[in-house]
Amino acid sequence: MTVPEVRQHPEHLEWVGKSIPRVEDPKFLRGRGNYIDDYEVPNMLEVAVARSTMAHAKILSIDTSAAEAVPGVVAIVTSENVTDHVNPMPDFGPSPDKHTWYCLAVDKVRYMGEGVAVVAATSRAIAEDAAELIEVEYEPLEPLTDLLEALEDDAPLIHEALESNIPFQRNFTFGDVDGDFAAADVIVRDTLWWGRSGGQPLETVGAVADYDAATGMMTIHVNSMSFTHFLFLLANTLRVPSNKLDLQPHPSGGSFGAKFFEVKTATIAAMMARITGRPVKFMQDRLDNIANGDHHGSDRYYEVELAAKADGTLLSTRYKVVDNYGAYIQFGVGQHGNSLAQAVGPYRMSSIGYDLTAVLTNKCQQGAYRGFGSEVGNWILERMVDLMARELDMDPVDIRRMNFIQPDQFPYFIPTGNVYDSGDYEAVLNKTMELSDYKGWRERQAEMRAEGRHIGIGVCTCQERSVFSATEFWFWFDEPVAAPVTSAPESVTLKVDAMGAVTATLYSNASWGNSPETMVAQFVAEELGVEPEDVSVVYGGSNQGMPATGPGGSRFTIMVGGAVEGASQSIRAKAAKIAAHLLEANEDDLVWENGGFAVRGSPDQRKELAEIALAAHMFKHSLPEEIETGLEASHVQDHPYTTMPNPERTNLGVFYPFVGHASHVVVVEVDPETGRVEFLDYAAVHDCGTVVNPRSVGGQVIGGTVQGLGSTLYEEFLYDEDGVLRTPSFAEYLIPSAMDSPTLRVGHNETPSPYTPYGIKGGGEAGRMMAPSAICAAIDDALGIRIRRLPATPERIVEMVDAKD
Amino acid sequence: MSTHDITVTINGAMTSANVESRRSLADFLRHDVGLVGTHIGCEQGACGACTVLIGGRSVRSCIMFAVQADGADIQTVESLAPGAEMHPLQEAFRRHQGLQCGFCTPGMLLRSLELINDNPDLTAEEAREGISSNMCRCTGYQYIVDAVLDAAAEMRAEEG
Ligand code: FES
Ligand code: FES
Repeated sequence: MTVPEVRQHPEHLEWVGKSIPRVEDPKFLRGRGNYIDDYEVPNMLEVAVARSTMAHAKILSIDTSAAEAVPGVVAIVTSENVTDHVNPMPDFGPSPDKHTWYCLAVDKVRYMGEGVAVVAATSRAIAEDAAELIEVEYEPLEPLTDLLEALEDDAPLIHEALESNIPFQRNFTFGDVDGDFAAADVIVRDTLWWGRSGGQPLETVGAVADYDAATGMMTIHVNSMSFTHFLFLLANTLRVPSNKLDLQPHPSGGSFGAKFFEVKTATIAAMMARITGRPVKFMQDRLDNIANGDHHGSDRYYEVELAAKADGTLLSTRYKVVDNYGAYIQFGVGQHGNSLAQAVGPYRMSSIGYDLTAVLTNKCQQGAYRGFGSEVGNWILERMVDLMARELDMDPVDIRRMNFIQPDQFPYFIPTGNVYDSGDYEAVLNKTMELSDYKGWRERQAEMRAEGRHIGIGVCTCQERSVFSATEFWFWFDEPVAAPVTSAPESVTLKVDAMGAVTATLYSNASWGNSPETMVAQFVAEELGVEPEDVSVVYGGSNQGMPATGPGGSRFTIMVGGAVEGASQSIRAKAAKIAAHLLEANEDDLVWENGGFAVRGSPDQRKELAEIALAAHMFKHSLPEEIETGLEASHVQDHPYTTMPNPERTNLGVFYPFVGHASHVVVVEVDPETGRVEFLDYAAVHDCGTVVNPRSVGGQVIGGTVQGLGSTLYEEFLYDEDGVLRTPSFAEYLIPSAMDSPTLRVGHNETPSPYTPYGIKGGGEAGRMMAPSAICAAIDDALGIRIRRLPATPERIVEMVDAKD
Repeated sequence: MSTHDITVTINGAMTSANVESRRSLADFLRHDVGLVGTHIGCEQGACGACTVLIGGRSVRSCIMFAVQADGADIQTVESLAPGAEMHPLQEAFRRHQGLQCGFCTPGMLLRSLELINDNPDLTAEEAREGISSNMCRCTGYQYIVDAVLDAAAEMRAEEG
């Protein structure tokens, strides 16, 4: 594909842009969410997983005799026989045969909490009782959790077949990095650590599987279905034909990445369902989710150099990154594609060096967490820009402003090959300055400091890429490991029934706390002239489904918007033929307006969609021969803008083209004695193109910001040097409460994308992609320190203050 | 495993049941009574998703045994809107988008109801502090605070 056509967006929109109440809310407000744990079927068993108590150990033997004797226990599978029942998990990693991943540990355990056995019983309590009685004899191996130690020659091996702990290493050069560094007047250098946090949705992952031996059909109800068009990989894991696997989605009680293609839970339930011949539920508990959920976020160490001219003009950045993936590496290094999609931030820089090393250790593996790695890239870049401002004694706002890509430079290709479709960064910054009263705060800061108070102001200006393309699964390699996949579709079916009522069917598990039903209802209302609350939105199972990918990388609203647009066009095209017949008019003389077709120039001669629909459904033989009964259309929306990487991988092509932007200004007061951070003010202005529902985008910005705050100040999956997980529950893994969270002032700027329906850009991850940068800058400013490691917990802040004094 | 006969009032209706000693109130409500609006997030008393009201006071039903509730008057989220109309609190949560995934929502609603009943004139500060007992991973709490204040105003007006 080359560059898509620039769209002319309609001047007037009826529904897109309005904060209508969400259509999904009444069921949630009444406690009728139909979450996966609400789903029960007769004769259902429940499972519990016995987890490794060691970080790294050989499994010598497993004794299940006591567990089997517990009344109510129906079946047990352990590390010793799991490979008799299932194939390895779907794995997009660099060389899956060298770091093979099953739903239970095989031969050895590689992190504390990894599953060693699964028990199916008549109740969860009985399954847990039995799981406790399973005796595993281990031969302890040396644990490895530190990412730099993992690089050492004599480090213990996590996967012997790999012969090192490095599943991926490559040094990418985009543009003339050496030339830019040679031309620099100033180079700042730093080492930075991003600690592991994770989505930790309030609802864990669950699945209810049912295998019908008579038909061979495996049906699994899940709260984690996405990547729907990759479900044939799960069929392979389960050893069922791909056309005999059906996943039925349920709304998720939050995901933030933690349910992204999480199919291990479904695999365990399905395996036990086939063995027992009964429906089986596996609902993770919180410990399962924290210790064994496969979706810890990035865990990175950076050595970074930023080059600039003496006047502050930024030239180039060189990154050396080591990323601690844990015991397996299911999505490869995709988290770094997210960083590379916006590697220069909003700044004009002509080159990027990116030396990436992935290591394996005795931790739970990484997956997705809101931002999918791009939030880390943002934080690193903003940390470095702040350092450069300090070095050059410039105002952090000024150095940003002078380096912005200008509105007339779009579409703007960054050195990695990705494109930024549009933007107006200066406008966003100006709005944020105004919203926060930045100047006023600087004055008040001086006064408050004079009173001995530690007040800090932090600013960030960051990108939010949206709508990933599948090329980022493989552009890491000279030769793609599997296939050079390029599809990441989203589909919808619209049915207008005989009464003119519209049902929209979605084909991925879109409901994750975002607002897919509201979005689709608003789009359908816009396209077909109905009221949003009259649109029925339902979810199709995967087996009868159409190609779909689901949410992730802030893609869903744009993609499903395109699908609704396409399906609506087909519906209107058919409706026009019918209307022309009913009105005895020429089709070319009809205009679509306000939900019906009218004859141009005589608006009284019109047919409403409902009238047309009735005719389409009931009066086949009164209509022209070629019109079939019914008024229904489906549309597959493929990625709107993808180009291929070059063979040398010095240009990765366009893979994340719709790029939003935001600026946050944060004012904090910090207590240097206790390290407590209090928010005095928080202003955030986001530009995610045309906003579909301002209130729900506002909610995403605020919620994302508070998650970013968590990653910045409190949250960390902490493993000690023995590989012991120190944060196995919400008592240790600290999620921000209402009292820890600021009240935000949220503003929107709208720079429509030229390439997407209505000009929308993704906005669901943005808050978390910005907050860490702004908050760290504010704390630095308050105390005269420099935060280089996240989370900056109160203890670490106090340590930094002490080290300074 | 020993069992106990209990009699409880749930959303105004008296129910008798025989429960295992170790059955949590949350599991009892969800799985035995079928009131699945009471959610489970941590089973540890940390998150508040399982909040119900007993005698009008919020309780974490995951760390209370069903047998301890014998004789109690329990109110779950299902009581708020028995018919077509939603409760003013629910309406306010909807207006303000005080929910995203909806998983914390039943607990938040019941905790908010307790707060408003205790103090119909609560301030934003008091509302925020009051709901800090319950975790929400989605909203960042702000729209929940807005919703609670708005609902309190509505409920005052209705009372008045
Ligand atoms: S489930 Fe009861 S407090 Fe979390
Ligand atoms: S709305 Fe999702 S946890 Fe509160």
